[in-house]
Amino acid sequence: MAKRIRRLGVLFAALAMLLVVSGCGKSVADSDALARAKRTDKIVWGVKADTRLFGLMNTKTGQIQGFEVDMAKALTKQILGKNGKAELTQITSDTRVPMLKAGNVDAVIGTMTITPERLKQLNFSKSYFSAGQSLLVAKDSKIKSVKDLKKGTSVIGVQGSNSVDNIKKAAPDTRVLQLSDYSQAFTALKSHQGDALTTDNGILYGMSQQDPRYVVVGGTFTKEPYGIAMNKGQTNLTNAMNQALDTLQKNGTYERLLKKWFSDVPGFDVQEVQP
Amino acid sequence: MINILTNNFGTLISGLGYTLLSSIIALVASLIIGTVFALLEISHKKWVRVIGKAYVEFIRNIPLLVITMAFYVIVPQFVMQMDGFTAGTIGLTIYTSAFIAETVRAGIQAVPAGQMEGARSNGLSYTQAMVHIVFPQAIKIVVPSLGNQFINLVKNSSILAFVAGFDLMYQGKIIAATTFNTFDTYLVVGVLYLVVTMPMSYAMRYLEKHWSRA
Amino acid sequence: MQNFINAYSAVNLSYLMRGLWVTVEVSVVSIFFSFIIGTLLGVARYVKIKYFSAIVGFIIDLIRNLPLLLILFFTYFALPNIGIRLSVIPASIIAMTVFESAMLAEIIRSGIGAVPIGQMEAARSNGMTYSQAMIQIILPQAFKKMIPPLVSQFISLVKDTSLATIILLPELTQHAQIIYGQNVNYTIPMFAALALLYFIVNYALSVASHVIDRRLN
Repeated sequence: MAKRIRRLGVLFAALAMLLVVSGCGKSVADSDALARAKRTDKIVWGVKADTRLFGLMNTKTGQIQGFEVDMAKALTKQILGKNGKAELTQITSDTRVPMLKAGNVDAVIGTMTITPERLKQLNFSKSYFSAGQSLLVAKDSKIKSVKDLKKGTSVIGVQGSNSVDNIKKAAPDTRVLQLSDYSQAFTALKSHQGDALTTDNGILYGMSQQDPRYVVVGGTFTKEPYGIAMNKGQTNLTNAMNQALDTLQKNGTYERLLKKWFSDVPGFDVQEVQP
Repeated sequence: MINILTNNFGTLISGLGYTLLSSIIALVASLIIGTVFALLEISHKKWVRVIGKAYVEFIRNIPLLVITMAFYVIVPQFVMQMDGFTAGTIGLTIYTSAFIAETVRAGIQAVPAGQMEGARSNGLSYTQAMVHIVFPQAIKIVVPSLGNQFINLVKNSSILAFVAGFDLMYQGKIIAATTFNTFDTYLVVGVLYLVVTMPMSYAMRYLEKHWSRA
Repeated sequence: MQNFINAYSAVNLSYLMRGLWVTVEVSVVSIFFSFIIGTLLGVARYVKIKYFSAIVGFIIDLIRNLPLLLILFFTYFALPNIGIRLSVIPASIIAMTVFESAMLAEIIRSGIGAVPIGQMEAARSNGMTYSQAMIQIILPQAFKKMIPPLVSQFISLVKDTSLATIILLPELTQHAQIIYGQNVNYTIPMFAALALLYFIVNYALSVASHVIDRRLN
């Protein structure tokens, strides 16, 4: 309790200072993120906390866990050395681009597909995971693939994910409902708000593992190479990220982490997702 | 900024339409429900008063988001199908009804007790006296605050964005996510909200001054 | 019933309590700052200094007429553009403070307006300066009368912190959503817990306001 009261005191002080000091500094987003990371010995990562297997909040410890979280930590150590700290900030598909562009985070590792539109706005590392979009439905559902998403059906997606754009192309007659994150979206599916939930297969397998009354159907109908996203113009950080990814792939860390999270997921092929 | 507005004009206007539709439905419905609970609160029977008071106090002290999410998540699992727009509008109605109940109660209680007694002694029933004597006077006190409730409703209806309710905020979030132009999008969305709420709020201030003089 | 017992496990309850603590923390700090800023703005609007009061008034009206959700987005995503990198807790506090200050300013302005003009005149004729009279005579009387609307605005603030889930503030509602998001059977127990916890906090505030109001008036 005393510690919490103290934290409250610190917050008061910090905010009071913030109100006094007018913000006249240069935009955080424009300064060299790698130089800042080296100076402060930390990289601020945006990670998912709503996505099982990739980044999920553990309510017991209050920590976020998953493949991408482990990758973020390993990459940080690779770039900054043993003392480097990975600071984790929660993001959703909806908030990750503004978070990056505003400079709230240095890099996002959060089930983010490298797309041409996003490349105009952001830098991406090489791909570290090959996913593909699919559908999650209740076990007894009549919907078996994208073709069954006809007029009168509705499908749940997440704001800011490119899977909502893809599904509009693949099934133009279905109604798309966009929720703010994967946890909300899965809850909406369980509350019968839509006939199916669509996003990348890796995320869907995580949901199916959590609640086996829901299954992934119809195979994948897109290719979704995940990359680490950074702000446009952060060339130094992007290069450092690519080098670190290379090293992790060569020294076996990457494969070990992949197996740790995905080897016992039914229906999932660890070989298939390696880029 | 102009690009955001022109490229997404139809979507934004349809969003504004849902925002207004939800606000109007919720205003009418919460006026009815609020009046009912106000009457319960001033009933002569103690247990009826307790019910009215409990409803108002309970609803006033929990967040709109919690009420709305409960309708979006729980009701479809156990009771009936309910889409985001409906769940959001019901949430808004219930939330606002507690505030309107308090206003209506205050309005009725501001009518001197002698009015009711006089009407009763002239042979009117409780209901008749309420409808013909007390309500018309109470309305004068209640109506100005309804305008403020409507402004609150327009702002609060942004809660629909949490439940895929197709309102202005929901469309704004989606446009921001697809154009990557967060700042400008929310600026446009903000202006659209202000186009509705600012004139209303100035009109209310004018009316309040006028009404109190009359 | 079994769902309730499982849902209220020690792990889940302590996770909920951590969320409640963030709700309280953000609320208390925001109430503190918005009370100060709201008072300053309320006075600024009341005193009618040419142009200045009109501009302050217009800004207050702008903020009051926007949804809080929008202000939350702006604070979190726009402030870093001028060199301030905020984590989610301070960003939420700033957004809440901006919004609630504007709401409080209106309450305080009308509170000051309700103090009889003779009070100010009497204080001035006794040799006080305008600001002395305002601080020592007018504001204390105004606050006394404003306790119910002020506290009900504070209650709104506590409730409104739940909206910051949209920028992922780890507060009570978000923690409950995470728990029921991971197990659908916990949905009803979590909503029951949310309603109860918010009710306790806010009802305590409203009882406190009645007690203080009765003591002072």
